[in-house]
This record gives sequence, structure tokens and C-alpha cells, in this order.
Amino acid sequence: MKNILEVKNLNKKYDNFELKDVSFSLPEGMIMGFIGENGAGKTTTIKALLNIIKKDSGEIQLLGRDHLKEEKQIKEEIGVVLDDMFFPEILTARDINRIMKDVYKTWDSNLFNQYLEKFLLPSNKPIKTFSKGMRKKLEIITALAHHPKLLILDEPTSGLDPIARTEVLDLFQDFIQNETCSILLSSHMTTDLEHIADYITFINQGKILLSKTKDEILEQYGIVKCREEEFQKIDPKDYIRYKKNKYQYEILIENQQEFKKKYDIKTIDKMTLDDLMILMIKGEKSC
Amino acid sequence: MEIIISNSSKIPIYEQIKEQIKGKIVTNELKAGTLLPSIRNLAKDLRCSVITTKNAYEELEKEGYVTMIPSKGIYVAEINKELVKEEQLNKIENFVDKAVTMAKMNGIEEKVIIEMIHILYEEDSENEKYSRS
Repeated sequence: MKNILEVKNLNKKYDNFELKDVSFSLPEGMIMGFIGENGAGKTTTIKALLNIIKKDSGEIQLLGRDHLKEEKQIKEEIGVVLDDMFFPEILTARDINRIMKDVYKTWDSNLFNQYLEKFLLPSNKPIKTFSKGMRKKLEIITALAHHPKLLILDEPTSGLDPIARTEVLDLFQDFIQNETCSILLSSHMTTDLEHIADYITFINQGKILLSKTKDEILEQYGIVKCREEEFQKIDPKDYIRYKKNKYQYEILIENQQEFKKKYDIKTIDKMTLDDLMILMIKGEKSC
Repeated sequence: MEIIISNSSKIPIYEQIKEQIKGKIVTNELKAGTLLPSIRNLAKDLRCSVITTKNAYEELEKEGYVTMIPSKGIYVAEINKELVKEEQLNKIENFVDKAVTMAKMNGIEEKVIIEMIHILYEEDSENEKYSRS
């Protein structure tokens, strides 16, 4: 499988924050969820991919090409939604259609109008009259209407109600029906990702903590709950993080099967991405 | 074709998909040669990831239930139904054996166990399918 997105040792230093050797890759036809707490570096990474901020070092390939050398051609073929709205408030959806026709060679006015209808967005009202959810939907369909191969989305579902989120997620899954189209999306709504994402990349304090298929994470990782006395018997090599609560220990393990073979502890819970994030960030390291 | 996915089940989603398709093939609800939904289509309709449905189909192919023909589609394969049923029956016998041994060890009467099985059969057939794990 070819990679549609490849990041190798990306570095960017600010006074009080840095991206450090960020590396991950996304195979063609897949959806990657990019997770991490606020300020972990998700938006910075996305902006570096798009060359909105200049990287200090590292290699970035989008659609198999260097993101700086062929920036212009690449941008014709990707769709982007960033967290901050970028359309002037006085424009209408119809104005956007007219403007985008000149921006993208492959802009599809018909498709854009179909999406407007589908999401019940008025074409003749200025954007300032739109609700937050309507604005987000408008941004997403604008990113989709020139038939991109890669979608890069920063928090696309934040501010949307459950119904609208489902509609948007359906739209994303429609988009990847074509086997060459892929999506990188950052999100706090980890339940969204639990459904549709193929890969999960987890960033914390500017470093990638893990980047794996979602099924691997949700099926193999687990949370062991036990008493102190049992915890003392566990080899620190066999867990990733632990957290001491008032009544019990919570231990994040990488492989449930292996753990069950070795220890006689009954309570191993299935884990959600939220649990993973919380334990990885708040839990204590083993060594 | 109906597939019911439970997100709260301990059984991985790919396995739920696999077992249900397998069940439909064994009971002849899906006949040999039937075209199944594509990996991406199924993922969309079940609202799960592509890798999940891909895993399910790959396992089904390994076990001989479906044939994947690149750029054409996924078809139900010709299987020996009697043989499959025999295998399943063997598995069931093993489980029942364990249950009976345990019952005897604890002095539980035969009719209690039979009653138990009776109740389980009455319950939602989906639950029954997964009670083995």
C-alpha cells in the first residue's frame, strides 16, 4: 500500500513549545484520527504539513511528493478545514461557489450545490447569519467540492450536534469509497474516531506517543484493575502506565492476551480512546 | 443481509461481522456465488473502519467461506455444509461437556441444566450466539 501522507522527524521549536521528531504515515484509502489534549501539537503539526508555518527540519510528503517543492500542485489536490473559520462573514454560499471556481481548476459547482441542498444550507444568505454548525458544514463541503485526494481536517466535528456529526461522518465515509482517497482528522470527539478511523495517532507535548491501527489499540490494549498487593507483583515491563486511585489501581497494558497468560487477575476492561488518552497523560510511567 | 454490531460487546467488531456472515453462509441464507458488499461499502453501512471489515473478509477467505477477486468483488464460496455443521457440533459438544462436568462436581441435577438451556434458547438468538465466550 502506498502512503498518501508521510511525516519523518518533523521538528519545530517555539519559545515554550516544540514539535519533536514527529513521524507518522497514512496509507492510501484510510482514515487517520489525530488525537491529543489541547496544546499537544495537533494544529501545529497540521499547519506544518500545509506549510502555513515553516518547519525547522524534517521530511514531509503529501500524495507522494515533497510538500514544499510541489506545494502549488499538491494544494490543488487536497481539501483542508482548519479550526478557525476563514470565509468573510458578508459572503454567501453562492459567492463562495463563484470564488472557488477561480481558485481550483477542478472545482465542481454542481457537487457544491448538491451538498448545499443535502445539508439544507441557504445559498443566498450571508455567512454571518449561519449557526456554528452551519458554518462548519459549509467549510467541510467547500473542502470536498474540488474532488481532493486527501482531506486534512482540524477538529471538523467540534461544535456540531450528534445528528450533524453523524451526517458529516457519513460524508467522510462516502469520500473514501474511492480507494485512493484518504483523510487525516484531528478530533476531541474520540467516539467519532472509534467508529470510522482506521489509524490512530496520539500526540502529547509535541511528541508522538503512538501511531497504530485503531483495531490493534482497542482490541489488544486494556485496563487492568486490581489491589495494591496484586499490583506489586506485576513486572513493570508488562504495563505502560498506572494510576493509583482511592480504592484500586488502574493499569494500562499493551496486550491483554499476554497479560492473561502471565497473571491471574480477572478484571481487565476494554478500553476507549478517552481512557487511553487519560491514562497515557495522567498515569505514572513504569520505569 | 442483516448484520448487528454491538459496540459494548467484548467480542471485537471484526469477529462479530465475520461470525454473522459465516452463520448466514452455513444456514444457506447466503448462497454460494452471491456477491457480498465491498469492504468500503460495508464499513460505511456499519459505520466502522475499513480495516475492520477488511479483517473480517480476510479471515472469512482464509477459512474458505468467501472468495475475494481483486477489482471484481467478494463472493460466497462453495463450502461443504455438512462438514461445517459437523465441526460446529463438535465444538458445541466440548462446551456442553465442560458444563456437565462442572455441574456434576457441584452436585447440580440434570434437570436444572436442561432447564437452563431451555431458558437460554428462548432468549434473543443474538445473545445465544455470543454466550460461548
